[in-house]
Amino acid sequence: MTYLPKPKLHHPSLACNALGYTRRDYEGKISTLCAGCGHDSISAAIVRACWELAIEPHRVAKLSGIGCSSKTPDYFLGPSHGFNTVHGRMPSVLTGANLANRDLLYLGVSGDGDSASIGIGQFVHAIRRGVCMVYIVENNGVYGLTKGQFSATADIGSVSKKGVVNTDAPIDLVGLALQLGATYVARGFSGDKEQLVPLIKGAIAHRGAAIIDVISPCVAFNNHAGSTKSYDYVREHNDAINRLDFITPRAEITVDYAPGELIEVEQHDGSSLRLRKLDTAYDPSDRVAAMTYVHERQAAGEIVTGLLYVDPEAQDLHTHLKTVATPLNSLDAAALCPGAAVLDKINAALR
Amino acid sequence: MKAITAVNDFVIKFANVNGSGSASANELFAKAILRMGVPVSPRNIFPSNIQGLPTWYEVRVCADGWLGRRGGIDFMVAMNPQTFDADVAEIAAGGYLFYDSTRPLPKSKFRDDVRTLAMPITQICNATYDDPRQRQLFKNIIYVGALSVLLGIDAEVFEKLIGEQYRNKPKLYEPNVRALHIGRDFAREHFGGEPIGLAVRPADAVGDRIFVDGNSAAALGCVYGGASVCAWYPITPSSSVAEAFEKYCGKYRVDAASGARNYAIVQAEDEIASIGMVVGAGWNGARAFTATSGPGVSLMTEFIGLAYFAEIPMTIINVQRGGPSTGMPTRTQQADLLSCAYASHGDTKHVLLFPEDPHECFEFSAQALDLADRLQTPVFVMTDLDIGMNQRLCAPFRWDDARAYDRGKVMSAKELEAGKDFGRYKDVDGDGIPWRTYPGTHPSKGAYFTRGTSRDPYARYSERGADYIYNVQRLLTKFDTAKALVPQPIERKAARATRFGAIHFGSTAPAMDEAIVALEREGLPLDTLRIRAFPFPESIADFIAAHERVFVVEQNRDAQLRSMLVNEFGIDPARLVPVLHFDGTPITARFITSSIARELRGAQAPTHPAEAANA
Repeated sequence: MTYLPKPKLHHPSLACNALGYTRRDYEGKISTLCAGCGHDSISAAIVRACWELAIEPHRVAKLSGIGCSSKTPDYFLGPSHGFNTVHGRMPSVLTGANLANRDLLYLGVSGDGDSASIGIGQFVHAIRRGVCMVYIVENNGVYGLTKGQFSATADIGSVSKKGVVNTDAPIDLVGLALQLGATYVARGFSGDKEQLVPLIKGAIAHRGAAIIDVISPCVAFNNHAGSTKSYDYVREHNDAINRLDFITPRAEITVDYAPGELIEVEQHDGSSLRLRKLDTAYDPSDRVAAMTYVHERQAAGEIVTGLLYVDPEAQDLHTHLKTVATPLNSLDAAALCPGAAVLDKINAALR
Repeated sequence: MKAITAVNDFVIKFANVNGSGSASANELFAKAILRMGVPVSPRNIFPSNIQGLPTWYEVRVCADGWLGRRGGIDFMVAMNPQTFDADVAEIAAGGYLFYDSTRPLPKSKFRDDVRTLAMPITQICNATYDDPRQRQLFKNIIYVGALSVLLGIDAEVFEKLIGEQYRNKPKLYEPNVRALHIGRDFAREHFGGEPIGLAVRPADAVGDRIFVDGNSAAALGCVYGGASVCAWYPITPSSSVAEAFEKYCGKYRVDAASGARNYAIVQAEDEIASIGMVVGAGWNGARAFTATSGPGVSLMTEFIGLAYFAEIPMTIINVQRGGPSTGMPTRTQQADLLSCAYASHGDTKHVLLFPEDPHECFEFSAQALDLADRLQTPVFVMTDLDIGMNQRLCAPFRWDDARAYDRGKVMSAKELEAGKDFGRYKDVDGDGIPWRTYPGTHPSKGAYFTRGTSRDPYARYSERGADYIYNVQRLLTKFDTAKALVPQPIERKAARATRFGAIHFGSTAPAMDEAIVALEREGLPLDTLRIRAFPFPESIADFIAAHERVFVVEQNRDAQLRSMLVNEFGIDPARLVPVLHFDGTPITARFITSSIARELRGAQAPTHPAEAANA
């Protein structure tokens, strides 16, 4: 099924972005996921974010691990190179790809099993290193492809479709990302596209490790009563702390907000993040406060969504490694090989 | 007792305590002999430990130029009380024992058939130095000084070397030279009356060869071969590959004005992540490599299968050590052949290169990067601890400035624009090697979804049997193509026709070269073939077919190369006689000679019982 391309035809009135592309140019193959799967909404949000930002689709490299979520890169950004790697190891492959060519945009898509269970180590270390990437975890608390086993993000007391109650403590990927030094941390909900699209756009513009944990209900195995990752449960317990508007340098700012409700953050690339604060007490520039807040609300049984933390002055791995501005994959022998004369000197020093 | 007498042909072993600073003094000793124009081959025998456990440095001095381990000790420098008894026991009859006599030892500790040279080194150091650290460190230079007199090496040779060593730390020159002369003066005064039978005389047997360890050589090969991404995880005995790569890159790959680096090195969180990064970088068009050892390869195996199936270039330098499991982490073996050649689940085969010495570590590492790009597959450089962590005399490194990197079949934006058909997994040239594109090449053409699952020639997911068969058969065609691209075996014909042959590879080469000459002298001529790569070119089957029996000499228990030869060529196992050395020490010419001679003379004790049954 997945090899079926979508028909190229589209309505002539479809809007074009600054590059002259329609939204259809950012789509991929037909999804093979279940009807109603949260992941397809996230794919649609990625398509919309990239189209609105007028990203050249072929300048995106999309990488994933294994699982339902990791299949999705085939369903968006058809003109991009994609890499469906091995289970839990997408972050290392993305890191290496990023080292090879710093000029592309790296979009990592993973799931809760892929990132929090088998791949927790790589999730942790890619964040620590500050790899410049948009890392989206499509988090449904369950193993879908193998039919309904709990993942490491399942909450204590959450009940599986077969009636099993989870007794293991959950891994909170947002809390981890904050603690590990991620410079853009957000949580979204696949059922709230208006919140999710700007979160993705902000992450794309970010020049560091951007992590978005997206609660994405599994309609087949984790959308029943007793699940804490179902559509109904998340809608009832969602504590949206802010709404983000993403403003590119070239866009005219047309909307004004009442003072005191707005935080404007300018990122390195000149883009602005305009946060409409829904919770006046929340400060997304304070990492420690963010951790405390997220934990507090979690203890109260609420799921905090929105932009939780951003450091607009973020640095990435290339900065730390002092790599040359030219992508390493385009350096030729003149730049890489010291040559025969130097080798003669090396030989002489070894005698 | 007849004392051993030899000029430029003996083995001297230093028994030290790990972490006592002996390594640089011992290396100074070996280098001094080289500067006299006499070939040496030193070997570190060290524990998995930073401080306190016994460590040895065995130096073979050999005018004939044999660089393999000889076996047998003519002169022991016994500086470690922990191992004193065993060290004394190891000396050949008629040999020499040099030891620290500060603390008196009973006569029972010594041997009548070994000449004892006593020097109260600790006492001398304590009297000369106040600083405890100096008291310890200069012990080593002092015994080197004493040895220089015993063996007849001029002080100037050492003084020059010390000068070179401390070129950037001139303050250290004087105290080191002083310590050297303390040792020399003592030896002249106390041992001068009765010279020993061993001596080093100036010769001209070193030529333009260089003295370097294989790990540095492999790292330099990666620099010259254009590797720009290195991801690694520390593991003995391979760590110094990545460290040397970093050192050379810091010297030759940094823009002087801006400080910008034409390379990226990441010490990953484990071997899985390190190979993952190499896969990502290789997929994205950078030349990337990792260095590891057996346990690391075990962890990398899933990714190696992915790179094989998704056809991603990458280079793995495997500095082999004693296995299985943690095994003997600081001892040498060639025991990862099977685990690398067929690494990962499903039908997989990988390219292996077998360097014999640091010179080939340099050559093969650079070539591996070309082969990986050309073949779009993992390429292993199968070195080992014996080559990797010991300095070895070898031919100087060579590089032709006209040499261009072979980046393989990479379709450009221009070709895509011109409408050239792009099927990522399609064999259009008949060699099994498809074309690839780098991510980001063209706005609308050439993109594909890379995955470890089966696909059709246009990289579209497929579980159709016909698509699967097309793909895996093409991979076999590609493996056949590799046979002509990898380093070819080197055959050495015996002086007269013989029905017997021997196959060997990698670090066995120096011992093998010496053994063949010894066997010829005993009237047992053998043709030899040094295998330098897998997949095996047909010339190897021809060599086996041309001989009645072929010895396969390896440094592992299970005759892994022999199994691969049987497996790949369908050869009758009875014709391949295993000669196996696997105690963790480097194989010796004496071992090879006696094993083969015993077999050829009708063998009371075959090396491999099962083989006797077959034969």
